[in-house]
Amino acid sequence: MSTETTISDRNLYGVMAAFATPDELLRAAHATRTAGYRRIDGFSPFPIEGLSEALGMRRTRLPWVVFGFGLLGAACGYGLQYYCAVVAYPLNVGGRPLHSWPAFIPVTFEMTVLFAALATVLGMLAANGLPMPYHPVFNVPAFSFASRDKFFLCIEARDRAFDRAKTTEFLRGLNPLEVSEVPR
Amino acid sequence: MTADPRDPEPTLAGDAVAVPVVAPGHTYATVTDQISAIVLRRGLPRGWLLGFTIAFALTILLHYALIYLVVVGTGIWGINVPVAWGFAIINFVWWIGIGHAGTLISAVLLLFRQDWRTSINRFAEAMTLFAVACAGLFPLFHMGRVWLFYWMFPYPNTMGIWPQFRSALIWDVFAVSTYATVSFLFWYVGLIPDLATLRDRSRSQVGRFTYGALALGWRGSARHWHRYHTAYLLLAALATPLVVSVHTVVSFDFATTIVPGWHNTMFPPYFVAGAVYSGFAMVMTLAIPLRAVYGLQDFITAKHLDNMAKITLATGLMVAYGYGMEVFFSWYSANEYEGYMQLNRALGPYAPAYWSLIFCNVLVPQLLWSHRVRANPLMLFAISLMVSVGMWLERFVIIVTSLHRDYLPSSWDMYYPTVWDWAVYLGTIGLFFSLLFIFIRVLPMISIFEMRELVDDQAKGGENGRHK
Repeated sequence: MSTETTISDRNLYGVMAAFATPDELLRAAHATRTAGYRRIDGFSPFPIEGLSEALGMRRTRLPWVVFGFGLLGAACGYGLQYYCAVVAYPLNVGGRPLHSWPAFIPVTFEMTVLFAALATVLGMLAANGLPMPYHPVFNVPAFSFASRDKFFLCIEARDRAFDRAKTTEFLRGLNPLEVSEVPR
Repeated sequence: MTADPRDPEPTLAGDAVAVPVVAPGHTYATVTDQISAIVLRRGLPRGWLLGFTIAFALTILLHYALIYLVVVGTGIWGINVPVAWGFAIINFVWWIGIGHAGTLISAVLLLFRQDWRTSINRFAEAMTLFAVACAGLFPLFHMGRVWLFYWMFPYPNTMGIWPQFRSALIWDVFAVSTYATVSFLFWYVGLIPDLATLRDRSRSQVGRFTYGALALGWRGSARHWHRYHTAYLLLAALATPLVVSVHTVVSFDFATTIVPGWHNTMFPPYFVAGAVYSGFAMVMTLAIPLRAVYGLQDFITAKHLDNMAKITLATGLMVAYGYGMEVFFSWYSANEYEGYMQLNRALGPYAPAYWSLIFCNVLVPQLLWSHRVRANPLMLFAISLMVSVGMWLERFVIIVTSLHRDYLPSSWDMYYPTVWDWAVYLGTIGLFFSLLFIFIRVLPMISIFEMRELVDDQAKGGENGRHK
């Protein structure tokens, strides 16, 4: 329940600057990183090419997770059918082999896709830390425009280079629409 | 997609056949506000109320017909030996096919970087979900004892039996349930950033809470976008082979049998093309009235209708080739049953259905060669309805004419649908449109964040290059 004027240092999450265009945000992100800040994040109404790299993020490993789960799905799908047709309920159909692998391919494929797709979505949400019902950035009133037409850059207070006055001054120098402190 | 250099010509809707996929003059803010306003305004428009009432009345008919079916049994339908499949499977294949265009638009066109897909992918995906829901009802209730549906899934049970994985029908269970799940995931993931927009724009307490909960706390962080974008592309890459596999497996239900007219290696590609064909027709059937009623001509432009009409024409030609090959195979196989099957289709008791299907699916779409027709929304709407009817007739002809006279003339019989067959069919149409009406009322029917991306793209002078 803190208001703009009375945020104690302990209650300060960071300082946030708003920009009007994606290019300004991208430029500001580069400048902030060059200035030595590391705990920074950008917020935009749509994905901006190069922004996550400018903020120092490495490529996501999500594709490997998805690949692994796809393989697991294939193994589970095939294994399930093998178990049903060969072990649990062997049916002699005109002396044909019990392990009739070509007939097992469609279900194996579907299970591969199912596991991989679930891993994609759940993996993406987990890596992003979602669902997250509360986050300090929402305390900035103007932040509701991050889902419309404004672009934000936030430097967190736990950054080693963070200094309340200097960082605010630094962000002011990047030609933003406004700079505001983010209470926890 | 290359843009055709052609003279701009005014159409009924009053817009020109121009190249842009979003009308000029739009900003991030205007696309956001215009699309979210449809959802966030108060009250129910009169047209919406009327449409929903009709659709919901049909849904009640569906409930009634299904309850009666469960109480009395599948004997109320026209099915019997030899035609044991009838409307249930005709409608199942028809609905599943319609769903396929949604996945094609959202996944395949995304991978091919066709940015015109952006304004139609959201409701096409919703259409997929609702069509799959309608499709799923048919095989479930066709089983007769619907409450035992879980017997299809492999689980340890006291009967000591397991599913037969060499049957195309069990492949269908896995294919359709996977398809429904992945379609839902794709649709929901696409919605998350837009739900966040609605959360931030909504003025009602209930709206803020509901959209907020569904948005999962999305805040548009650059790191989140990065993973989100990767996940979205991965889902598209997974959905693309999936959509092909689903209708392939559906066609296996037929092709793995020895019934004349079904036992055919052509079936998988022929069915997939037919699915995309009927699906695009349905997307046009929905898009043309929606853009007129909600004033979305800026987003669903003449360019979109033109492109969709071209895809409809192309897939229609593939389907026409399929019909030609069916005739050819029945002669070339030198198999008397195959030959008779084809003669019976064209000249037998169901000949009117066969020739209507040729008219609707082969002759009518040839109008789409003319760009004057493609630029005329009313004509396109009429053609898309004809295609939907034609594709339904195609499944009717394939299923009924093949089954009703096969090898043993002593077991030949006629199939006539009963009033309950029609009630369930019309009922699913009602269910489909009820869900669609609810969807366009409570969720953005056009992907807002992708439209903002498109506006950004156009501002940078990019023709087709999307972000990343």
